[in-house]
Amino acid sequence: MNRLNREQMAARVARDIPEGAYVNLGIGLPTRVADFLPGDREIFLQSENGLLGMGPAPAPGEEDPELINAGKQPVTLLAGGCYFHHADSFAMMRGGHLDICVLGAFQVSTHGDLANWHTGEPGAIPAVGGAMDLAIGAKRTLVMMELLTKQGQSKLVEQCTYPLTGLRCVLRVYTDLAVFDLGADGARVVEMVDGLTIDDLSRLTGLPLARADQAQAI
Amino acid sequence: MIDKSFADIGAAVADIFDGASIMIGGFGTAGMPDELIDALIARQVGDLTIISNNAGNGEAGVAALIKAGRVSKVICSFPRQSDSHHFDARYRAGEIELELVPQGNLAARIQAAGAGLGAIFTPTGFGTLLAEGKETRTIDGKDYVLEYPIGADFALIKALKGDRWGNLVYSKTARNFGPIMAMAAKTTLAQVSQIVPLGALDPEVVVTPGIFVQRVVAVAAAPAPAGSGESQ
Repeated sequence: MNRLNREQMAARVARDIPEGAYVNLGIGLPTRVADFLPGDREIFLQSENGLLGMGPAPAPGEEDPELINAGKQPVTLLAGGCYFHHADSFAMMRGGHLDICVLGAFQVSTHGDLANWHTGEPGAIPAVGGAMDLAIGAKRTLVMMELLTKQGQSKLVEQCTYPLTGLRCVLRVYTDLAVFDLGADGARVVEMVDGLTIDDLSRLTGLPLARADQAQAI
Repeated sequence: MIDKSFADIGAAVADIFDGASIMIGGFGTAGMPDELIDALIARQVGDLTIISNNAGNGEAGVAALIKAGRVSKVICSFPRQSDSHHFDARYRAGEIELELVPQGNLAARIQAAGAGLGAIFTPTGFGTLLAEGKETRTIDGKDYVLEYPIGADFALIKALKGDRWGNLVYSKTARNFGPIMAMAAKTTLAQVSQIVPLGALDPEVVVTPGIFVQRVVAVAAAPAPAGSGESQ
């Protein structure tokens, strides 16, 4: 089977982001989606630390320490972009003004619970940042992650065992093997990579899986 | 004549007392009022409660305050980063108490204090560890957590320009928590790169009206090091 690499996963998510969407890309893997947004679509990237209309990384030597993204990396602002304070920034999320938020995850449950902020390990210093606000704020919260851990355990689960970030908030999960829609009825397979069957996916995840109405190969 | 500008940064922080609660602006190093914090460190006050997004990055700002042993409690959203070693050490030694607050709730609770609200109902954190034991309510079919305002005795913030009435404009994403912290603290100190004459700031683009600012200190504009450490 043709497992997607991280670039291909990012490109797959980018395909689903329409013209005119207001989008927050979480730190880590979701940030890569920006590299695959088609140039002929105007898409507004929001960063929680107070900018809308975020552009790509600056040229070497052009970095401004006061112009950074949520991951504290130097970025640029597109013409037409703007700055705002933190309360406005999170009002954009919580108030349902963002169309799409793409997040990474430790685990996602088949009914859309998200765990992505804390492993719960003893001694770990917890840090949450904007994860909980992002999870529940956008009109569509999407997750991108590898389907299996390095140990082969499914990160799509019946019930999350890590501490939750948000309840029933994730609508779709993009993985290296398949795309799933989530909801009260459980997970439905929207797409799979070539050479994979629903039975294979059920075996890998240990979950009863149904095919969405329009399942197709990625 | 009302003149909120202070020529001496030490005089601006002279009344900060042991046990004070202090909001400190900044997201990572962007907007961190390093010079005000250095002036605070030069004073021998401790047992401080710090309200800030992070718990210090690298060696300057909040990190330096923690390193100096002046902080007994931190209220923040994202303490653990690759360069938060001073916080990590004090926290693991049991010397600093941590109250972890989701970032949007932190902003909303600070804003609520500044706006004189008694509490807020927020959907963020519902059903998670960070809402355990807190009052909840279902409004129009959606679940919310009751959260109380966060005010402070002082706010230390960084802006780009100010005038002697305390009006402020900021620089790019260094704005972050500055405007809402200015509203929420009893006494707000703003360090700016430049104090300009009254009328020099376009009233249409003033971000923080002077009513929220009690002291303005000009410091030499020194670019902070490029952002470091991962964070949300």
